[in-house]
Amino acid sequence: MAGLSLQGVGKTYSGNVDAVTGVEIEIADGEFIVLVGPSGCGKSTLLRMVAGLETVTRGEIRIGDRVVNRLDPADRDIAMVFQNYALYPHMSVRDNMAYGLKNRGESRAVIDERVAEAARMLELGPYLDRKPRALSGGQRQRVAMGRAIVRQPAAFLFDEPLSNLDAKLRVSMRGEIRRLQRRLGTTSLYVTHDQLEAMTLADRLVVLNGGRVEQIGAPLEVYRSPASTFVAGFIGSPAMNLLDARVEGGRVVLEDQAIGGAELPEGPVTLGLRPEDLRLVQAGGLALRLDYVEELGAQRILHGFVGGQPLSVAEAGAAPLSDVVRVAVREDRLHLFETRSGHRIERAGLAAMEPAE
Amino acid sequence: MQKIKPLDHLVLILGVLFLCVPVVMALMSSTHYPVDIHSNGLFLTPGDNGLATYTKVLTDRGGFTGDVTGLRMLMNSLIMGVGFAVGKIVLSMMAAYALVYFRFRFATILFWMIFTTLLLPLEVRIMPSYQVMSTLGLLNTYTGLIVPLLASATGTFFFRQFFKSVPDELLEAARIDGAGPWKFFIDVLVPLSKTMMAAIFIIMFIYGWNQYLWPLLMTTDEHFYTLMRGIKSILQVWVGSQIPDYNEAFALAVLAMLPPVAVVVIFQRMFIKGLTESDK
Repeated sequence: MAGLSLQGVGKTYSGNVDAVTGVEIEIADGEFIVLVGPSGCGKSTLLRMVAGLETVTRGEIRIGDRVVNRLDPADRDIAMVFQNYALYPHMSVRDNMAYGLKNRGESRAVIDERVAEAARMLELGPYLDRKPRALSGGQRQRVAMGRAIVRQPAAFLFDEPLSNLDAKLRVSMRGEIRRLQRRLGTTSLYVTHDQLEAMTLADRLVVLNGGRVEQIGAPLEVYRSPASTFVAGFIGSPAMNLLDARVEGGRVVLEDQAIGGAELPEGPVTLGLRPEDLRLVQAGGLALRLDYVEELGAQRILHGFVGGQPLSVAEAGAAPLSDVVRVAVREDRLHLFETRSGHRIERAGLAAMEPAE
Repeated sequence: MQKIKPLDHLVLILGVLFLCVPVVMALMSSTHYPVDIHSNGLFLTPGDNGLATYTKVLTDRGGFTGDVTGLRMLMNSLIMGVGFAVGKIVLSMMAAYALVYFRFRFATILFWMIFTTLLLPLEVRIMPSYQVMSTLGLLNTYTGLIVPLLASATGTFFFRQFFKSVPDELLEAARIDGAGPWKFFIDVLVPLSKTMMAAIFIIMFIYGWNQYLWPLLMTTDEHFYTLMRGIKSILQVWVGSQIPDYNEAFALAVLAMLPPVAVVVIFQRMFIKGLTESDK
């Protein structure tokens, strides 16, 4: 087992397309890192560079103390789980798991022992002699994980391993992956576009956008203080409301209504409000003209407009609603971003608030 | 379900008769005496000379050298057919593997060059091929009979399309599992191609089995005669008042039919699967 270190890693495809630029990540031994971002953000490319399936254009990738830039995938001491499982269709579950070890020249006894161990861990015992096509999606995914486990690698690489499963199975497999990783203590790099998966699995999140790292941090840290409007909009569900506001006379003003203090230069600012930080009040607050309501059971999400800008509110009540509701803002949960660059303006800039109700 | 109409059956029965009657005729006629065939034409009923004819055809030594039997010709044809099919499969699989999995310049152009040779029948290049074989001293050898015809655009094309349908992740998984190019080919691609190989085997076996012109050119030694040549040489003896041994020709034709039929029957299920099953 070993840590993982990416220094200034970049990838340029032919035709000068930069897929990944200047990625710096230090991953401690045993850490579970999730790379998350929308499709096309370069997260898979980054993972495949670590795996050795793509060449590295710039920078250095280390696994443990070894620079692996030029090593073959097989020599990097990693194991990978693919989205479509990539099991060898003609081999039994047992042979699928044993194939890598066989190629490494492990002895029969070692192979049998490790396969048996992995099968026990993943509850694959009864299926060892079946072909992959006779297995369900979840079972196939477990075989793919078994194939990774038996190698006892320095790092696991997961490339959207749960995307092909149905929603319910995805949740249970998510838990299983987490448990397994904790138990084995193997450094893991996990790629997903699903922010919920990212939040629940990660020790630390790496949010990527357009081939660049937007923010690295623990899930809650990223959730509570997103470094940019992109991260703010991507992490958290329902997504954070991002509204055009102004700073006037030390106050944040949204649609002619002051909602909090901020000792900032006058001018436009982007205001971030998490739907779950807003609540309905009888009087005062912002006037929200309702558009439609999504019922989720445990809560409902109200979509509407404040002035001309869309705003959504997550709310646990079930009381009937009028066309216009009043919404209060929790002032300690305001997020401010520079309008032009989208960068976060740190909370130090937010002065003590007066209640806006 | 649609109602079965008598007319449909009539059409089917006619079709079956159309295809089967000549075969039955050949089989039945082979059991009669040549004189009867010569004077009465072909038969649709069994005669009483069958056993003798087939024994004679299979074991009687004939030809100028006097030691070429039907069995020998049968064996030569089998060697041709199997050698063809196996050789073509091996060669075209490796060519397709190179074209699909290795990035080298001009791969696409090379593929299309190979592919256009589909348009050229063997007859177009038969003289140059003969010249090459003759210079190499390979006339009257099995090598000379088989090797020049091994390059197969059809096979290469089929395998190329098949390999392209194999998901890339399989190759990547194999690379991570430490399988080099050769191991990936043997351990993953070859087992995956089984049905494909069965399909190509049938097509190529029959193609090789039915070769006539090439063996005719390549072999002057009667030991290398194939069944196709044997049938022809029986009918060539029409000199003077001698009647050709029609029954023997028919018997040989029937015998010549059996191995391809056997191959088709055995591989049929895999054959259909190989040609229709595209998803992996």
